[in-house]
Amino acid sequence: MRMIYFAWLRAKIGVAEERIEPPAEIATVADLLDWLKAKGGGYGDALADLSVVRVAVNQEYVKADHPVAAGDEVALFPPITGG
Amino acid sequence: MIRVQREDFDIGAEIGALCAGNHRIGGIASFLGVVRDEAGGEAIEGMTLEHYSGMTEKELTRIEAEARRRWPLEACLIIHRYGRLEPGERIVLVVTASGHRGAALEACHFLIDWLKTKAPFWKLEETRRGEKWVDARGADDAAAARWVREPDKAAE
Repeated sequence: MRMIYFAWLRAKIGVAEERIEPPAEIATVADLLDWLKAKGGGYGDALADLSVVRVAVNQEYVKADHPVAAGDEVALFPPITGG
Repeated sequence: MIRVQREDFDIGAEIGALCAGNHRIGGIASFLGVVRDEAGGEAIEGMTLEHYSGMTEKELTRIEAEARRRWPLEACLIIHRYGRLEPGERIVLVVTASGHRGAALEACHFLIDWLKTKAPFWKLEETRRGEKWVDARGADDAAAARWVREPDKAAE
């Protein structure tokens, strides 16, 4: 799974993107966020308040119950502030 | 048409090129967003716009298609810059052209409101105290929400 992080999530996690291999029981976005958060360190810090974390799977905005699979591109970022 | 670029743009040249030769156009509306020199009472020396390359283009294309579905547009252009910008510099341009002013003005207003809550951009502001990621504004969500009811349905 390809992970991409933006804005302060990238700064806190410490990398812009990475490949990860979550265990088979990680089936949804919510599972993935909990699993990443449990790794602690920068992940714990970045994912401490999930109300300010937005997720895109394969470049589409999704909610916490959306499924995730091995070949997905998953992006984590704060609420957007363009324009 | 949508473009995501680091470089500046020339509004007159963009509007001219967009509408050239199409004489069905009777009204052209535009919105230009520029960098302010303050935020929340604090001086801003510059900002860096980060975006999700690939998804940004997808979302902007979708937003343009939605505007064309709702209003009879002859032409439409969205340009959004990324990278480091200083106060006074241009950030975003929306141009809409239609047979009459009503559709052009409404579609332009819709596009900038919708873009602010859908296009994946993030602003990092530089202040004297250091760099700070800008928080999303509730006012932007409220501005976008007014377009959830479509104009043709709002009258029903």
